[in-house]
Amino acid sequence: MNKLSRFNITSLTLGFAFLYLPILLLILFSFNASKLVTVWGGFSTKWYVSLFQNEAFMDAAWVTIRVAAISATAATILGCFGAIVMVRGGKFYGRTLFSGMIYAPLVMPEVITGLSLLLLFVALNFDRGITTIILAHITFGMCYAAVVISSRLSTMDQSLEEAAMDLGCTPFKAFIKITAPVIAPAMVSAWLLAFTLSLDDLVIASFTSGPGATTLPMKIYSSVRLGVTPEINALSTLLIATITLGVITASWANKRAEANRIKDEQLAFAND
Amino acid sequence: MSPSYNNNSIFAPWNDPKEKPLIEFKNVTKNFGSFTAIDNQSINIYEREFFSILGPSGCGKTTMMRMLGGFEIPTEGDILLDGQSITNIPPHKRPVNMMFQSYALFPHMNVEKNIAFGLKQEGMPKDQINDRVEEMINLVQLQQFAKRKPSQLSGGQRQRVALARSLAKKPKLLLLDEPLGALDKKLREETQFELMNIQESLGMTFVIVTHDQEEAMTVSSRIAVMDHGKIIQVESPADIYEKPNSRYIADFLGDVNIFEGKVASANDDAIQLEWAEGQEKLQMEASQPAKIGDSNWLAVRPEKISISKEKPIDADNILKGKIWDIGYTGNISVYHVQLPNGMTIKAQEVNRRRLANRELTWEDDVWISWRKTAGTHLVK
Amino acid sequence: MQSSKSLKEWIVIAIPYLWLLALFLIPFIIVFKMSLSDYVVARPPYTPTINLAEGWQSIKDAFAAFDFENYVFLSEDDLYIKSYLNSLKIASISTFLTLLIGYPIAYGIARANSSLRSLLLMLVILPFWTSFLIRVYAWIGILKNEGLLNLLFLKLGITDAPIQMINTDFAVYVGIVYSYLPFMILPLYASLEKLDGSLIEAATDLGSTPTKAFWQITFPLSMPGIVAGCFLVFIPAVGEFVIPDLLGSNSTLMIGKTLWTEFFSNRDWTVASAVAVILLLFLIVPIVLFQKHQEREGANL
Repeated sequence: MNKLSRFNITSLTLGFAFLYLPILLLILFSFNASKLVTVWGGFSTKWYVSLFQNEAFMDAAWVTIRVAAISATAATILGCFGAIVMVRGGKFYGRTLFSGMIYAPLVMPEVITGLSLLLLFVALNFDRGITTIILAHITFGMCYAAVVISSRLSTMDQSLEEAAMDLGCTPFKAFIKITAPVIAPAMVSAWLLAFTLSLDDLVIASFTSGPGATTLPMKIYSSVRLGVTPEINALSTLLIATITLGVITASWANKRAEANRIKDEQLAFAND
Repeated sequence: MSPSYNNNSIFAPWNDPKEKPLIEFKNVTKNFGSFTAIDNQSINIYEREFFSILGPSGCGKTTMMRMLGGFEIPTEGDILLDGQSITNIPPHKRPVNMMFQSYALFPHMNVEKNIAFGLKQEGMPKDQINDRVEEMINLVQLQQFAKRKPSQLSGGQRQRVALARSLAKKPKLLLLDEPLGALDKKLREETQFELMNIQESLGMTFVIVTHDQEEAMTVSSRIAVMDHGKIIQVESPADIYEKPNSRYIADFLGDVNIFEGKVASANDDAIQLEWAEGQEKLQMEASQPAKIGDSNWLAVRPEKISISKEKPIDADNILKGKIWDIGYTGNISVYHVQLPNGMTIKAQEVNRRRLANRELTWEDDVWISWRKTAGTHLVK
Repeated sequence: MQSSKSLKEWIVIAIPYLWLLALFLIPFIIVFKMSLSDYVVARPPYTPTINLAEGWQSIKDAFAAFDFENYVFLSEDDLYIKSYLNSLKIASISTFLTLLIGYPIAYGIARANSSLRSLLLMLVILPFWTSFLIRVYAWIGILKNEGLLNLLFLKLGITDAPIQMINTDFAVYVGIVYSYLPFMILPLYASLEKLDGSLIEAATDLGSTPTKAFWQITFPLSMPGIVAGCFLVFIPAVGEFVIPDLLGSNSTLMIGKTLWTEFFSNRDWTVASAVAVILLLFLIVPIVLFQKHQEREGANL
């Protein structure tokens, strides 16, 4: 590609400064000994210590992780079904409605989704708590998962499954032995996406939770409303660090898979 | 190419009324919504045949094959294997295997595991699986690649793995969907002969779908040419080339000159065709009875037409023209000769001499001629 | 697959289908029903309630009690009309600002060499994975009166008293642009990256200056990315709650926030539902347009 012009370099520098300075400042001030956010009082990790001693935060974190893990797992399984229906379902009555229901939650304002689910739980006289948050998170998570998995499934050569059936597999066995391994990377991405979305959700969780079920974003939100505290900075730093590590690992794994693919191609080329 | 050729008796079970067909299509129709892919077709395929289904894309040839594999179910009609209906048997219960156009090699399994896959499904004991896999790997000469994944193989090697995998279960019938379509020309020609050798040595029945007529001509015992969901003609390669039953077939396979005219006289097996004003009538042998005044056609292949500067004396059909264009492809030259009525005839000559010594050139007045047995009389 | 399906195939279809019907479509119908009901100080805070045990009569009575009172109320109180209009205004302006800032970044990434490009792309995607709430929160520390930006301004002598930035519309714009920038950059990058470099060379060869070539070739060809990016920012921004709540002032009216307040503070579920129904009606046009656009672009790939 062409060399970057001065304009390109300036816009990239400013753009990434805009994206990252707020986060970097947040991280920096989590190590500030002073309670005042704008005054640097020396390096300290005391806010991390007090964070870990804050039981409310720890409880909320535990609730959030459980909700995210359970809902991401269920969402991936349901999303897998959804993707199969969208890609392989053929024509059936109500197909348009189905794909509408898969895509709509992706762009639906969270306040509406949250409100509607809450009203459903009220109408069913369902006790609100962790279970209802999980049900809500599964619902929007499965839509994201279905989209991610279906994009992989639709590029998969369908004759792979046919070959497996031709060689004696029932359709179900063909799916388990052939399709599942092929779409496994997409299922992992779908799980990670659903997990992160669940981890991040404030609005829908606020609507659907009940007494005793406070997720981390809900806890952060209520603390933030009371003002900026160094503990929140410390918590944010930990979250950002975890997620950054995850994303970097994932992209490193991707890069390695890509490098292997190129190596394979060279090997194949050398055989010719 | 089939074993029987070696015993000097011609392999042609389709001509023997006592032979039982391996595969029977009985009035099979397949609709996709309002589109008719296969329109009420019946054919028989016999054991040990190398049967080709040839046609342009969208003609229904792949649908025929997918119905044999069990991936499509006929809308109407019945398909029999060894006299038993297999119409509603799902793919995994059919003694039929398929080699897919995309090869469909399982990307997460190595060559051995791909080949063993079908054997594992039928619960064959492990040591037998190992023996069979080894046999197959030797058959397709992939010994040093057994542990490689498909992504680490070249196109030709993948094709061999796909072939070995579909052969491993020793099916009664092997279906090959454009098996050589992804290979380059040279490799394709080599592999054609390998396929024929394998088919012969295993004594299996092959059904191949292809759009490549040369390939079909080379490998097949019989060719079925399809168009718009209908089988137009089923014949051995030589017969379908030399005795096409219609202008469509004559035109589809190879190059051809077609004269349209009215039957001027028809006695016994000789027909005279009145085809252009001021031109002599064309002589041909009748393929079927014709009435005087009917619109009929004469098809002549370019290689059957001689071209010369002197008027030939002993030919049945002689026409005068001018060389309009010459297509030189190295081993042969195709002369485009324009007749006085504007029609252009293709005549093909083998280049036995070097180019510089060629006696015919552009704008030359020439005679073209052919015997009455060289052309084919067509009524449709 | 055949058009006639086996029982197993129907089960595969039924599982996700029934789930979405039960937890996506039916809840909407309940929201609509609720918007036709009346607010009462009770638990649950609305009337009529359908009691299936009382049978058909209860349902008939409920239908008789449904009315459009809440919608009339919404149209009479200009708080709601202002909220809707202000949401559309804020979403439109911030979409435009996001495009303005995002385009040069996407353009720069598309022109970078391939190893730098994948690094830059990862840097764009990374904030998308990190918590939305935290990213909005980060701006509070920067924008507030004793925050970092005011501190900097005071040090540099640009101003001698803190400038009010937090709790203003300005802060809301900053928050939306900041949060949704990756959604703009990614589709823009995707369409710019597909652009054949020889098109620009051909244009300059035919006498175009580089600037002209950009406006005549690059910009029109990146239109699909611009449209997709704008929809991806505009649609969620209209219904945004967290950003106006944390960064905006009390007078920053946005419909998502109004719905939240109506529901959690006023406990008026029926009006909140009516607000939701109207918000959905506002968004249905851009959502349908967006899906049409995506289908069309997908078909062109």
